[in-house]
Amino acid sequence: MTTAVDVTALRRRPGLRRLRVFGQGPLFTAAVLLLAALVAVALFAPLLAPYDPDALDLQATLAGSSTDHLLGADQSGRDVLSRLLYGARSGLLGPLVVVALSTLLGILVGVVAAWRGGRVDALLSRSMDLVFSFPGLLVAIMFVAVTGPGMTAPVIAMAVAYTPYVGRLVRSIAQQEKARPYIESYLVQGWSGWTICVRHLLPNIAPTVLAQSAINFGYALMDLAALSFLGFGVQPPTADWGAMINEGEGALLQGAMLPALAPSVCIMLAVVAFSIVGEGIADRVAKRDR
Amino acid sequence: MQQNLLEIDDLTVRLPEGRAARPILDGVSLSVAAGEMVGLVGESGSGKSVACRSVLGLLPERARTDGEVRVAGRDVLTLSRDGLKELRTRQVSMIFQDPRASVNPMRRVGDFLTEGMRAAGVPAAAATDRAEELLDAVGIRDPRGALRRHPHQFSGGMLQRVVIAAALASRPSLLVADEPTTALDVTTQAEVIAILTRLQAERGTGMLFVTHDLELASAICDRVYVMYAGRIVETQAATDLFDRPRHPYTAGLLACTPRVEPDAAPPRPIPGRPVSLAESPSGCAFAARCAHAQERCSVEKPVLRQYDGQGLAACLRADEGILL
Amino acid sequence: MTRYLLGRLLGLVTVLLITSFLVFSAVHLAPGDPVSFLLKGHPVSPETKAAIRAQYHLDDPFFTQYLKWVGNVLHGDFGRSVQFRHDVGSLIGSRLPSTALLIGYSAVLVCLGGVLAGVLAALRPGAVDRVVLLCTGVATATPPFVSAIVLVSLFSVQLGWFPGPGAAGTGFADRLYHLTLPAVALAVTLTGLLARVTRSAMLDQLGREHVEVARSRGVAEDDVVRRHVLRNALGPIVTVGGTMLAGLLVSTSIVETAFNVSGVGSLLVQSVTVKDFPVVQAITLITVAAFVLVNLVVDLLAPLIDPRLTLTRRGAS
Repeated sequence: MTTAVDVTALRRRPGLRRLRVFGQGPLFTAAVLLLAALVAVALFAPLLAPYDPDALDLQATLAGSSTDHLLGADQSGRDVLSRLLYGARSGLLGPLVVVALSTLLGILVGVVAAWRGGRVDALLSRSMDLVFSFPGLLVAIMFVAVTGPGMTAPVIAMAVAYTPYVGRLVRSIAQQEKARPYIESYLVQGWSGWTICVRHLLPNIAPTVLAQSAINFGYALMDLAALSFLGFGVQPPTADWGAMINEGEGALLQGAMLPALAPSVCIMLAVVAFSIVGEGIADRVAKRDR
Repeated sequence: MQQNLLEIDDLTVRLPEGRAARPILDGVSLSVAAGEMVGLVGESGSGKSVACRSVLGLLPERARTDGEVRVAGRDVLTLSRDGLKELRTRQVSMIFQDPRASVNPMRRVGDFLTEGMRAAGVPAAAATDRAEELLDAVGIRDPRGALRRHPHQFSGGMLQRVVIAAALASRPSLLVADEPTTALDVTTQAEVIAILTRLQAERGTGMLFVTHDLELASAICDRVYVMYAGRIVETQAATDLFDRPRHPYTAGLLACTPRVEPDAAPPRPIPGRPVSLAESPSGCAFAARCAHAQERCSVEKPVLRQYDGQGLAACLRADEGILL
Repeated sequence: MTRYLLGRLLGLVTVLLITSFLVFSAVHLAPGDPVSFLLKGHPVSPETKAAIRAQYHLDDPFFTQYLKWVGNVLHGDFGRSVQFRHDVGSLIGSRLPSTALLIGYSAVLVCLGGVLAGVLAALRPGAVDRVVLLCTGVATATPPFVSAIVLVSLFSVQLGWFPGPGAAGTGFADRLYHLTLPAVALAVTLTGLLARVTRSAMLDQLGREHVEVARSRGVAEDDVVRRHVLRNALGPIVTVGGTMLAGLLVSTSIVETAFNVSGVGSLLVQSVTVKDFPVVQAITLITVAAFVLVNLVVDLLAPLIDPRLTLTRRGAS
């Protein structure tokens, strides 16, 4: 599912500059609050969860919503709410690593390509094009086939697959920025390229990169959840949203909606929140630049 | 009195913006007789583009209007959808400023030329033949081949000739040209103007020529209207206007044009910046930039009045003969 | 033009060579002896082991092995499935029709739904636009397995309109009917994205002067929208849409797994799970080839849509 919106590619086509769905204002605030709440839940899951997420209680099998189990229980009688709260941990950690790695790598590649230009630029740009010709999820599945199930290999694969999204963006902004006279004047004053990049270039491109990274976070979350859903990512019995949906599919056919629907809603909310935040930041940057 | 081809009568346009309606035009009246070339001059933001678009009923959907825009006696602003189509396909054509922007870059030039005729119900083959004639008339070589080419294969000047040909395709009795040469480079400007005036004279088409260039307007037009901040501030026969402007704004416009004559005074720009109708004060909108302004100018709104001869000017001090 | 095409084909071959090399060497990168890796979890006789060694030319130097493997692949020989004890090529061949049908069905849904919703939103500002924006916003955030869950719980468990996971139809119409929920699940995310792309491309064109010019000439509004707005918005729609459709090739494995569709995608997931490596290699290679090919076709279409583009530079970059 390599459907992440490539902001750079869209930027290049006039008219798609603003693929905006959600406005700013209250919705943006709400999304930020939701993400903050998600992080808090992930951090404090043990304090918040009413039950041990892995505790089996066969008497509660497929129990509906009640005061005992607010969101019911799954096929093994585990409390869905508690698993949901714990699931936020792997749900956020995987994408966090993917986004952190791909952002760092992307900035490095993008800045170096723009700064050095010439052959270095050609080589790096070609490499990014090459990475783009592989669907990220497929590469992650390949990795799993070699190393066996688990999050490490897919996270690395995803990080590489997402790097060009950041790298192309950084490269194009850095190229524009580099052409501005102030960079020239620093060079004339004898500053090193490295210092100029760190002190002046990076702060200028940071907001745009942040926007792209927030959007990438949502897509990485979807992709990694998909892997867990397929049984390749987080392994049972660890609570994870994608894995919960996989396990809950059986319960669904027996008429119990909550074990599969609850994590589905969580994933959608998180992804929507990330795209609202990403687009909101991008909008602000666009306004600032105008 | 003889009926004019175009009569804009006391036209006021407001655009709703948020809660307040932003005024664009205030009591604009002008007329174009059959076969007459009339200039409408003003800086950007003066409302001249809105005024000329109103002739084709091309105002923004939410615009509120007062007054009438009559073409051959019928009010454009109250026309039905069919009436508008009739007006646009047969009576009035418009030439826009930038040919690059006004011709769809994805479609062939032939499509562009025949589109209006097809909308008027002309059969495809006849429309193509006529398109070829028209391209020939505006001086495009190999008209048949040109029909099959795309806009990006033409230079700006050549493309504006195509636009002119397309505007003439429906044999309109009135042409509205909105800054038809502004986007072109100087040498092609003259060619395009020559073509435009020649065809206008040959075909007896009435023309409303909108421009920011007062000198150009007075050189090619019979009469000129000068607009400032959504109002007509002066109108005269072109030669009179050039020799004896009545309104300080007109005079200012003439004074800021560079001259080539050796004994000419150096160009003097009008101080300040042009205002729109929405920002203008209650009195004369030009008062703040006017060298002759008095106290009453910023309070009392001047109306268009006739001074010796045919011209009209909206200046409280025009009758004092202070000018120039 | 020819030079551009040759360049692009060379790029395609490069990608395939790199992919095949990665796919091939992955077996050797995996910990342990390739034979036991290839046969992990399967009881084998010494003869089978010898057959595997021969098939993969494991006694040859590494690079020779690779070349021989590529040679076989070029002849359509992907080896034998460890799991099914069957020729990989015919195994994939038997699963291909379902997957092709599913992807085709889904692609039609994406194009129709996405373009219609986008056009509608662009032409009806206000309430309709806001509703479409909200729906497409949610759709883009809905991964296919979540759509699968929601669709199954609503349309097969609650309403019973469509068969649940695992059922397959007989005959074309019935198969299509059985593939409806999977196709919708596969289409949801991309429909939302395509609708957004369509909407902004349309809005961009609606504000252009050539549209006003067409109106000023008395061209009927329907024709203005069709011939100028939609026609000119087609460029971004096809480019972005095509790239998205290439993404279907991968996400189909998720949907096929969720709905138990017996297709190439579910075969990939199954084979990864049981480490049936020859199958994984083959499907990966085919998918990457199709992915790159679709993207190439999209790039070749661009100058047909926009006459200003020529096939001399790489894309729009």
